[in-house]
Amino acid sequence: MNPRLAKALVNGLLLGGALVALFPLAWMLAVSFMPPGTSNALPPPLWPANPTLDNYRQLFGHAGMWRYLLNSLLISGAITLLSLACNLLAGYAFAKLRFAGRERLFRMLLGLLVIPAQVAMLPLFLMFKYTGLVDSYAGVVLPGMATVLGIFLVRQYARGLPDELLEAARIDGASELRIFVCVVLPLLRPVVATLAILTFLTAWNDFMWPLIELTGQGHYTLPLGLASLAREHTEGTEQMMAGSVLTVLPVLVLFLSMQRHYLDGLLMGSVKG
Amino acid sequence: MSARRAAWLFLAPALLVLGVFFLIPVLGALVLSFTDYDLYALADLHNLRFVALGNYWALLHRPAFWAALGHTFYFVAVGVPLSLAASLGAALLLHSRLARCKAFFRTALFAPVVTTAVAMAVVWRYLFNTRYGWANHLLGMLGIHPVDWLGDPHWAMPTIILFAVWKNFGYNMIILLAGLQAIPVELYEAARIDGASAWRQFRHVSLPLLGPTLLMVAILTVSGYFQLFAEPYVMTEGGPLESTTSVLYLMYEDGFQWWNLGVASAEAFVLFLVMFAVTAAMLRLSSREQAGEAA
Repeated sequence: MNPRLAKALVNGLLLGGALVALFPLAWMLAVSFMPPGTSNALPPPLWPANPTLDNYRQLFGHAGMWRYLLNSLLISGAITLLSLACNLLAGYAFAKLRFAGRERLFRMLLGLLVIPAQVAMLPLFLMFKYTGLVDSYAGVVLPGMATVLGIFLVRQYARGLPDELLEAARIDGASELRIFVCVVLPLLRPVVATLAILTFLTAWNDFMWPLIELTGQGHYTLPLGLASLAREHTEGTEQMMAGSVLTVLPVLVLFLSMQRHYLDGLLMGSVKG
Repeated sequence: MSARRAAWLFLAPALLVLGVFFLIPVLGALVLSFTDYDLYALADLHNLRFVALGNYWALLHRPAFWAALGHTFYFVAVGVPLSLAASLGAALLLHSRLARCKAFFRTALFAPVVTTAVAMAVVWRYLFNTRYGWANHLLGMLGIHPVDWLGDPHWAMPTIILFAVWKNFGYNMIILLAGLQAIPVELYEAARIDGASAWRQFRHVSLPLLGPTLLMVAILTVSGYFQLFAEPYVMTEGGPLESTTSVLYLMYEDGFQWWNLGVASAEAFVLFLVMFAVTAAMLRLSSREQAGEAA
């Protein structure tokens, strides 16, 4: 093939792909600024002729979006911080601390990855029902406080830390906890950033367990609030788009600002074993 | 503090969380699936009875369950190959020496992955609206009659599949791109010197070396797609005519709408077994193929 034609073809296809990938996002943003009722026209408008913030005002005013936004931030933030603590400690222990049965225990943990999370959801709901945790923040945060994948990522990274450094600290008489906090943690910073953004995004976008666990609107996260609005079919297109923008924008911005860390984690997680 | 004691102290929080909030519930689900746990048992545990394999037996005779399993298989069987094809195509384009602005295109193509499935499913519902949606508007410009995407039982699942492909292809694209970049350039050079066309270079250099990555990506995607839930929940509510009711959607309805937690647990376990069997078969098939090629 003619090299110039080939070049045009490759870049044309990429441009077309990017257009398809971004169009729903761009359309969502544009419609969220249109006055109520104006997006349902033929041909469907692409650009708000009279842009307005009414839809957002409505959402925050009547639909209780503030509450959902705060709940989402609170739950995702708590899950991120707590699971970082658990996964970092465990991942480091699997990588650098010697104890009997270490490899076998780790293989058993990896084995858990085969089981889909939904299998646990029904008994988990009953467990929380009998302990009074249904419809509470704790009911969403507790099961997310440690993940096999998180432990795996930390272990992979921590295995590359130099043993001499840890030995030197031990000879100096530092306790294991002190070594972890003062020596190991600073060295783990890249994987901390990676794990933090992966966890936050997953928690923010999570749907099925919060849907089961959070039975009252007071604890709804943004995806739950949006899904319930969508199933009621009472809000107009423009307002639903404003709600979607509010739900998607925080994670999209976070991803764009920490893209390298996110993709690193994705690639590390995919090279299992 | 000895290193061994420290290790167990460090492990304790994570193991406790995984044990109490995952392992025990999974075992609990197995027990639950052997009982008739329902609304009456929820009110008073004395109403709980052991039914052995009764729930599983009943599932085998329930058309709604077979239908849900069929819809789930449809979603996996069509959705996974389409997703992988899109991922591989995008990865090859991004890997091409001819491509410009690679960083921008990579980010743009990956963006749908990080978006919230629920929110984008809402957007999709409007884009595929029969009257005002862009999908039908574009078809109309080509002279094709409007399709009732989400209202027609024949089209609802294909629409959800299109959505899933759009939302997920970027993930595997990144992994496959890394796989392509790991292939030594010399191999392509050698092939070129031998006069191999671009297609033959792809077929005989890229594809075989990408094989293990493709298999891993395929297995991960298959297990992910078996867990179809949020998309039908938001876009179709399992309809029209139950044509998009997946196994998990059925489990959610049986468990949390009708409070038949025993039945729902059995459904969850059957799904788990099916997923396990399918992924194991994929692994086996590919290892046999490799052995065949080596022979």
